[in-house]
Amino acid sequence: MPERKIRVMVAKPGLDGHDRGARVLARCFRDAGFEVVYTGCHQTPEQIAAAAIQEDVDLVGLSCLSGAHRALFPRVVELLREKGASDITVIGGGIIPEQDFPLLYEAGIKAIFTPGASLETIVEWIRANIKPH
Amino acid sequence: MDSLIKKICAGDVRLASRLIRDIEDKIPEAKAKIKKLYAHTGKSFIVGITGAPGAGKSTLTDALITALRKKNKTIGVLAVDPTSPFTGGAILGDRIRMQKHAEDEGVFVRSLATRGALGGLSQAAGDAIHVMEAMGKDIIIVETVGIGQQEIDIINHAHSVVVVLVPGMGDEIQTMKAGLMEIADVFVVNKANRPGANQLQTELSSMLNLASRNGAGWQPPIVMVGDAFEPAAFAEKTAELAQKIEEHHRYLIESGKLTERMHRKALAEINDALSFCLLEPVIAELTATGKMEHFAEKIKSRQADPYSVAEEIAKTFFIKQDKK
Repeated sequence: MPERKIRVMVAKPGLDGHDRGARVLARCFRDAGFEVVYTGCHQTPEQIAAAAIQEDVDLVGLSCLSGAHRALFPRVVELLREKGASDITVIGGGIIPEQDFPLLYEAGIKAIFTPGASLETIVEWIRANIKPH
Repeated sequence: MDSLIKKICAGDVRLASRLIRDIEDKIPEAKAKIKKLYAHTGKSFIVGITGAPGAGKSTLTDALITALRKKNKTIGVLAVDPTSPFTGGAILGDRIRMQKHAEDEGVFVRSLATRGALGGLSQAAGDAIHVMEAMGKDIIIVETVGIGQQEIDIINHAHSVVVVLVPGMGDEIQTMKAGLMEIADVFVVNKANRPGANQLQTELSSMLNLASRNGAGWQPPIVMVGDAFEPAAFAEKTAELAQKIEEHHRYLIESGKLTERMHRKALAEINDALSFCLLEPVIAELTATGKMEHFAEKIKSRQADPYSVAEEIAKTFFIKQDKK
């Protein structure tokens, strides 16, 4: 049986133009052997969910430094569910206060990585938790 | 399986994208699905967009989508980006330019990584086109990976090929060279606000004038597209590009050349399928059984030559097939 390639999407929802971190991650995922769809800044949750489905990714990594994660991250999960794509895992990262973690986990975000998380940790998490469809 | 085929033909994006992925990952069942789907293909108009990295292919594709959506055409886009030869990973970044169409249900954008293919496309591109054709897309735009002079597999898949050039890439001799410069049905001089654009246009014209003396029926137009950050002028020029592509489509139909191109496409498809059905299983089996290593050792130590090895493999494999 041929081996499945892991496909991930790195996306930045909302009014946030700071994508250095997202780009570093995209590059790091590339070096881990994943196929990485990068959609750039200023995306609506609707655009992100539609793109994730069109690209048939296993995982969407959301990056947000603006503070709007409480609204934007759960909305992406909700839209994927509505479109019958709840098998796409959503994780998040950026400037996210610890007190918001429970709300995000509750909403279906499977992991949260904040400043200080090493690239290896994130890649290992993906390898351990993502089984390509 | 029939319900899957029905759903894809009705435009189901999820299933279509999954099938494209199965093709990319070489899942054996994918081939059977394509066989079933094939009867529903062949009706879309396929446009190739090719040129050097950073020439503006994705931005032009985005603008073409806008122009063609105004005419109510449904669009499929296959955007190819390179796979790392070291890690097998890829950054698929063409979508960044096209995200404003993400929510438009008349547009389906799917990124592909080359996965080792060297012709500017991915091995899965041909069947990915078939999937989008079956979905009923009016126009399928295939954006190649950024290419050089020779990676022109796109001519085996597209009906019309747009070659995107930018000023400042060399002198007139470059326009005389074989390969890329020969395959254009429409030329775009992109970033034409930059120095050297008019010179490039002149060089292209004189190259094309020489070519037309050989009796070619279609003179590839040259569309000069300026700064994408000047939206009004940019939209006007890209609408002109869309119009030239349509004119070429009409020319292909009226002149009978479309049949010629479809014939070329059919030959290429047989070629690909032969490689998939004959060559790849042989290589897979040799690799899995360790025989590939064994043969490599023999060649390395000069106990055998590659041609004799290949003949030996062919003999054993085809005799085995006969017995089945």
